[in-house]
This record gives sequence, C-alpha cells and structure tokens, in this order.
Amino acid sequence: MSGAAVSKEPFTPGMNSRALVELHHVDKHFGPLHVLRDIDLTVDRGEVVVVIGPSGGGKSTLCRAINRLETIDSGEIAIDGRPLPAEGRELARLRADVGMVFQSFNLFAHKTVLQNVTLGQIKVRGKDRKSAEERARTLLDRVGVGTQAAKYPAQLSGGQQQRVAIARALAMDPKIMLFDEPTSALDPEMINEVLEVMRQLARDGMTMVVVTHEMGFARSAANRVVFMADGRIVEETTPDEFFTNPRTDRAKDFLSKILHH
Amino acid sequence: MFDFLQGYDVLGAFWTTIQLTVWSAIGSLVWGTVLAAMRVSPVPVMRGFGTGYVNVVRNIPLTVIIVFTSLGLFQTLGVSLGADTFDVINFRLAVLGLIAYTSAFVCEALRSGINTVPLGQVEAARALGLSFIQVLTLVVLPQAFRSVVGPLANVLIALTKNTTVAAAIGVPEAALLMREMIENEAQLILISAVFAAGFIVLTLPTGLFLGRVGKKVAVKR
Repeated sequence: MSGAAVSKEPFTPGMNSRALVELHHVDKHFGPLHVLRDIDLTVDRGEVVVVIGPSGGGKSTLCRAINRLETIDSGEIAIDGRPLPAEGRELARLRADVGMVFQSFNLFAHKTVLQNVTLGQIKVRGKDRKSAEERARTLLDRVGVGTQAAKYPAQLSGGQQQRVAIARALAMDPKIMLFDEPTSALDPEMINEVLEVMRQLARDGMTMVVVTHEMGFARSAANRVVFMADGRIVEETTPDEFFTNPRTDRAKDFLSKILHH
Repeated sequence: MFDFLQGYDVLGAFWTTIQLTVWSAIGSLVWGTVLAAMRVSPVPVMRGFGTGYVNVVRNIPLTVIIVFTSLGLFQTLGVSLGADTFDVINFRLAVLGLIAYTSAFVCEALRSGINTVPLGQVEAARALGLSFIQVLTLVVLPQAFRSVVGPLANVLIALTKNTTVAAAIGVPEAALLMREMIENEAQLILISAVFAAGFIVLTLPTGLFLGRVGKKVAVKR
C-alpha cells in the first residue's frame, strides 16, 4: 500500500509478447463504491489465473471489465496487444475472441442447445450451417452433453446448461476464456462435472481467467491465484504459496474462514 | 325481416374494414417494432425520439389523427400517397393514420415483452460478439414477441374496431355504411345489431386463435 503515488510510465500493450491480457491502473466506481482500485494484472498465453476473495471484492467486475461488459472509469485494458475498443463493431469483434461463461448460464431460452452453440459461429464468424453444426456437435460431445443437442435449455439440469454454455463460448475459438463464478448457481452434485470440463480445458492449454469460490479447483488447476478484496489485488502468487503461506492478514483471515469446515 | 339489407353492399363494406385492418396491422407491427428498438437502443437521440413519439401519439384521439391526415396532410400539404382518386387517397390516408396511432401501442406491448428477456442473455449475446441489431433481432425480439402475443391480440382487436374512425374521412367501410343505412331505413336496432355481429365475427376468432398461438409459442424458462 505504500506505493500510493501513481507511476506515470507509458502503457505499451504488446511489449511483452507472452501477455494476452493486460490491465493497467484500472479504476471503477459504482456510485460511491470504489469497486476496482488501481488494478494491474497480466495474464500470459496458456495461463490459468484464478481470482478468489470475499464477495463484493470486485472479482466479477474485474472479469466483466475484460470484455467490457463493465466499462471502466480510468486505466487501460489490452487484449493480445490491442487496447479494448470503446464500442461498436471493433468491440464486437474483440468480444468474439473472448469467451465468457456466466454464473447463471444465460443460454438463449428460445433456441435449442445446438442452436445456442451454432448462433455465434454463423452470425459472427460467418460459417455455413453445416460446418457450424459439425463443430457444435464435436464440442457438445467434448463437454458431455452431445445427446441433449435437440433439447431446449429449460429441459436441462444446471450442470448440463453450464456445460452447454462452455461449448457455446468455445465454438467461437476464443483466445481466452473468462469464467464468472461458473459453479456458484449449481447444486453441489453438479459442480464437479463443470469443474472437470474446465480442468480439461486448462490441460489443453486454454488461457483462462476464473472467478470462483472453488478452492479445490484453484489448487489443482491454477497457475496463479489472485486474491482480491475491497477492490484491490491483495496477493498474487502460486496456489501452493497462497494456500500454505499467505502473506497478508486479509488473505489469512479469508482462508481461515473458508478452509476450516 | 332482413329486407332492409337489400340494395346495400354490407359485405363490401366489411371487406374494406378487413383491408384497413390488415394493412394497418402490418404497418403498425413494423413501425411499432422499430419504435420499440429505438426505445431500448443505446443511442440517446433514438431513445428520445421513441419515447417522445409514443407519449405524444398515444395521447391524441384517433379521430383527430385521422382527420388531420385528410385536412392537414392531403388538403393542406398535398400529400396524396401516390394515389389519384379520392377513394384510394382517403383509404391510404386512413391506413397511415391508423398505423401512426396503433404503432405506439404495439411499441409499448413489445417493450413489456423485451423486459421479460433476462439481461444475462443479452450479455451472453454481446459476449459472443453479436452487434446491437443482431442481439435485438436474434435473441431479444423473438422472445419478446412470444411473450406478448396476448397483448398484441388486444391491440389488433382494438385496431379492427378503430377502423370505424376512417368513416370520418369518407372511407366506405362498415361504420360509414351503417350510418347511411340508419338514416335511410327505419330499423335502427336491427341495423346496429347486424354491424355489431359483423365486428364480433371478425374479432372473436382473432382473439381465440392468437390466444392459442400465444400459449404454444411461449418460451419455457
């Protein structure tokens, strides 16, 4: 906290060629609430970054800011060396390269599972229906819901819906996947089927930012743990280091509350 | 007992009513959808226009609008909508007036449907890289329409009955003929009953049919 003076070095996205996502001095307020305070974060290609921390700490906002579902007040965000466009066609193009999975699945209720996964491919990527459906079926098989392709989202369990949502995002061939509390709305027995799909993705080398309360997933799949509280990144280290030897009191306090039951 | 019907083209008059209804319905569905899109658009000027339009137009009596299309648009400004006989001009002016008026109600019905689509689905669609127009036409409106079939049926029934106002500018639809017959024949109650029944024949099946459609297409959540 001592380095309060804002450093003024110029932000040059793409300098570090391994970096896929770069956040630089990002600030955001919701009214009087300062939800993101001077966030600096870099996510490298192929890296799995798990963001954990108490509710209201700014985790979800951080995740949503990366594809500009939340705007930021100041600072810069770059993806693959290019600053995040403010709006319009450029922003849509960038979002197509950033997969997002939400807490509440958000499947299109009036479309079948298959149509959910082909929509973006056809309308954004301009693929023809046949190859889009082929790709969709491959992905649905991969996440284990291949037999549900003709059903509507409301006919599926939460875990199945979330896996479809993952397939929908993967169908765009994203450079990075953002997971905003993907298992928080699931019944306990369904959490693992979703986490297993995510672990497989991580093993396959997908770049991922995962906001979650699943400490087991953070331990087993993350390359790096980012601990956020009160809008700040408080600790940023390897999972081993974070869970066995947290440095800050805030993190110690958080861990003591969640790990002992 | 129904001798008084002789010499009058009742079916022809109702045919004009149907034509007024169909053209106005199509027009107000299109324009009402555009208005609803404006009211939810991210562009403040469009939102302002949509809101302003709806709040002004739906609060003006339909008679005033229809009479204005004739006196204001045609007789003062010379707008004849590409027609050259009075019958056709008046018919088209009436359709224009009915569209202008009914679309405000279509817009509001549709907007209530838009509000039933969870914001999360809109965010998911944006996250896929869909543009505003694509999000609206592929995700939001299809679900919105399905949830407002019932309210839109109400608007359609009201529109069918509102076509009688076109009599004010001489469009030879059912109400104009009714007035003429009441003046000429001594069968006040029967004549009214015939025309009332005629409108029920038009609107009742519409309501029942669309009610069934609404149930069938409803989106399961």
